[in-house]
Amino acid sequence: MSNKVSIVVISGDREQLQMAAMLASVAAVSGSEVTVFLSMNAVRYFQQDDNSLAPAEGEVGVLLQNKNAPDFRELFQSAAELGDANIYPCSMALDILKLSTDELVEYIGEPLGLTKFLEMSSDSQVWSF
Amino acid sequence: MSDRKIVDAKNTFCPGPLMELIASMKQAEVGDELEVLSTDEGSANDIPEWIKKVGHQVLDSFNENGVWHVIVRKQK
Repeated sequence: MSNKVSIVVISGDREQLQMAAMLASVAAVSGSEVTVFLSMNAVRYFQQDDNSLAPAEGEVGVLLQNKNAPDFRELFQSAAELGDANIYPCSMALDILKLSTDELVEYIGEPLGLTKFLEMSSDSQVWSF
Repeated sequence: MSDRKIVDAKNTFCPGPLMELIASMKQAEVGDELEVLSTDEGSANDIPEWIKKVGHQVLDSFNENGVWHVIVRKQK
């Protein structure tokens, strides 16, 4: 099994973001080299000083918020700080949202295009949310 | 023997207790013992798996009054 894990996150729904963050953080602290590619509706939640809640898709999403589960942003941060995870925003999504990397939280890397992401993830497990 | 450090991760959910343990583990010395307290059963099962995978040691794991205690030793 490959020790590289690539995770594509495009959803802005709470459950999807939470699951992606759980997978990223546990893989990163378990010795995997993790690459996270944030695009589409996921990107906006990584702006500095933005702690807005992602809408729940269903029952579990609602419960997550009431049950003191770690926030997905904290988990992505743990993945980057405690393990070997690199988290990149999609350059296209940033263009569409008119956001620059400076406006994103500091554990997010430089914008990435698909060509580079495909190259980086060519020999890894790939997950998408 | 060094003091055992308590990592109180009660009332948080997976993978919160594991992440809190790892953050403490990073600051610990080789040979140190850490005791994680968790009310999340999934974490009580998952933490020993992680410890085995990365090569540390589980010394004990038990439930006392609804709280799981997982005691580990940093090996490297």
